Amino acid sequence: MAVTAQVLRSEWTKTKSVRSTVWTLGTGVVVTVALGALISALAKNDYENLSPKDRFAFDPTFISFAGMGLGQLALIVFGVLVVANEYSTGMIRTSLAAVPQRGVFLFCKIAIATALALVVGMITSFLTFFVGQAMLGDRGADLGDPGVLRAVVGGGLYMALITMFSMGVAAMLRSPMLSLGVLMPFFFLISSILANVSATKKVGEYLPDKAGQKVMQVVLVDDDAPYGPWGGFAIMVLWVAASLVGGYVVLKKRDA
Amino acid sequence: MIEAVGLTKRYGAKTAVHNLNFRVRPGAVTGFLGPNGSGKSTTMRMILGLDTPTAGRVTIGGRPFRELPNAARQVGALIDAKAVHGGRSAYHHLLSLAQLAGIPRSRVDEVLGVVGLHGVAKQRSRGFSLGMGQRLGIAAALLGDPQVLLFDEPVNGLDPEGILWVRNLMKRLAAEGRTVFVSSHLMSEMALTADHLIVIGRGQLLADMSVQDFIAANSAGFARVRTPDTEPEGREKLTAALVEAGGQVLPEPDGALRVTGLELPRISDVAHDTDVRLWELSPHQASLEEAYMRMTQGAVDYRSTHDPRAGFQPPAAPGYAVQGGPAPVPQGWNGPAGYPVLPGEQPNPYAQQQPVAAPQPPQAPQAPLPPQHLAAPATPPQPPAGAPAVPAAPSAPADLTKRDTEDAR
Repeated sequence: MAVTAQVLRSEWTKTKSVRSTVWTLGTGVVVTVALGALISALAKNDYENLSPKDRFAFDPTFISFAGMGLGQLALIVFGVLVVANEYSTGMIRTSLAAVPQRGVFLFCKIAIATALALVVGMITSFLTFFVGQAMLGDRGADLGDPGVLRAVVGGGLYMALITMFSMGVAAMLRSPMLSLGVLMPFFFLISSILANVSATKKVGEYLPDKAGQKVMQVVLVDDDAPYGPWGGFAIMVLWVAASLVGGYVVLKKRDA
Repeated sequence: MIEAVGLTKRYGAKTAVHNLNFRVRPGAVTGFLGPNGSGKSTTMRMILGLDTPTAGRVTIGGRPFRELPNAARQVGALIDAKAVHGGRSAYHHLLSLAQLAGIPRSRVDEVLGVVGLHGVAKQRSRGFSLGMGQRLGIAAALLGDPQVLLFDEPVNGLDPEGILWVRNLMKRLAAEGRTVFVSSHLMSEMALTADHLIVIGRGQLLADMSVQDFIAANSAGFARVRTPDTEPEGREKLTAALVEAGGQVLPEPDGALRVTGLELPRISDVAHDTDVRLWELSPHQASLEEAYMRMTQGAVDYRSTHDPRAGFQPPAAPGYAVQGGPAPVPQGWNGPAGYPVLPGEQPNPYAQQQPVAAPQPPQAPQAPLPPQHLAAPATPPQPPAGAPAVPAAPSAPADLTKRDTEDAR
């Protein structure tokens, strides 16, 4: 598949030759690690005041990932910009005039951006885990503890998936402002509200971020979710697949 | 070879392009003309497979664009000079496109040199002027050394030197046997560049013919006749005699007569018979611009209206005469000294538009152009008096540049 290799090379050049790539991914790492460290430090100081029940549910791994809720927004911006900037700049017409195979074009673009997000996500995930555990001190978890490695690797996968999901949405909506206007409030506010209001909790549990974040939890006591860590992860994969198929169909069917 | 068969594109209820049939042949520059909104860009986009036709098809070398193997090596296109990520450098923009088509990196440096952007190749394209953007777009089109080239308004925003360069580039590409398809609304530019014309209006084909045929078919030439200034009564005598002989006569601003409907020898005979001496009897060929205006009169979608400036105080500055004429034309062009405004004549938007491509001599007045219902052969055309005829204009921008540099010395 010579064409695929060419498109992959081209997309890599495109991705690395704009500053937004460094800015968005860098912000994602810094925000996730810094916020995770801060909350881990606070949690350690607060541990003495917890009730025995809360101490039993204390999940040092998941606490160190507390910054991911905010840090994922930077990866969403990255994913949206990679796809929607093609439309906002008009570059899509030049690109598609060079690669008429639209499916190859879209999925090569998504593959490059996902690979980059996966690398950055893994680095972020391991970094925020180790920094967070250092902050938690003797309350912290060890990478060798049962389920911890799964949670840390899952954190990196989660960041790659959330980037893919936003790329699919951006391919459907085609405008960076519109895509961010939908995705940002959704992941920052709406999803949290739906998952925490008892009336909508059942729905909220199936949203991509809430389901996907299950994989980062180690201590699963007091957990009434109808799926396990990998079950939640699978739900998120389905969301991502749906968004990518939607983006592909829109690109294929609509005039560029 | 680009071939369109029954090409139609509808957006909802609006038909952008209706049943277009044409062929763009290799070895010639084919101009694609039409007023704003006539469907030029839509057609270009359908050729490139960006838009899907509602009906009909368009093929390149017998295949739809989307089915071409390694399309970028066969077809190069400049669609939109602004279709560049502003945060990416010119070099990386071209490199990503080269990699898309499997073109070696060294070719990027070559085309950057060809379009003269070597010095700014590493700068982010956000700061580029429209002209630099056009050059970058042309560089992208040339990357794959394709046999088929499409340019949508390539000279927009270019300086005279750049316009001349694009013109020569198109001709050279065509001379190499390539298919060159150039859209423009600058008639004067197309007159110099194109060998063949495809004209559309409101999405329909108006003409598909060579430039010479187009002018011949759509404009009537006229004769300029001047009688001695010292004998004004001779002018009136001749006018009466020419009208009697079946010609149409219109006075020109400088006192000459514009005669249509009579051959030059016949005019001479009539003058001889009426015993009027002639100081001038010269044939005039209408320019492509006039021929085009004549043809597309009925197909102009966006026509400017008079700006009444209601509620605005007239400017107090001396030297600016406030005028309430029918058209916002600088005084002197349409005033008492100008052409008589024919009854029913409308101001034409193009008449006020100074062509950017080939600047005409500043003293050449812009003519109010005849509306369609007067465009029958019986009515004389009204080209700008003294405006350069087609063959006279080619070197105009170049000469202007040269003159400037000579003045500077």
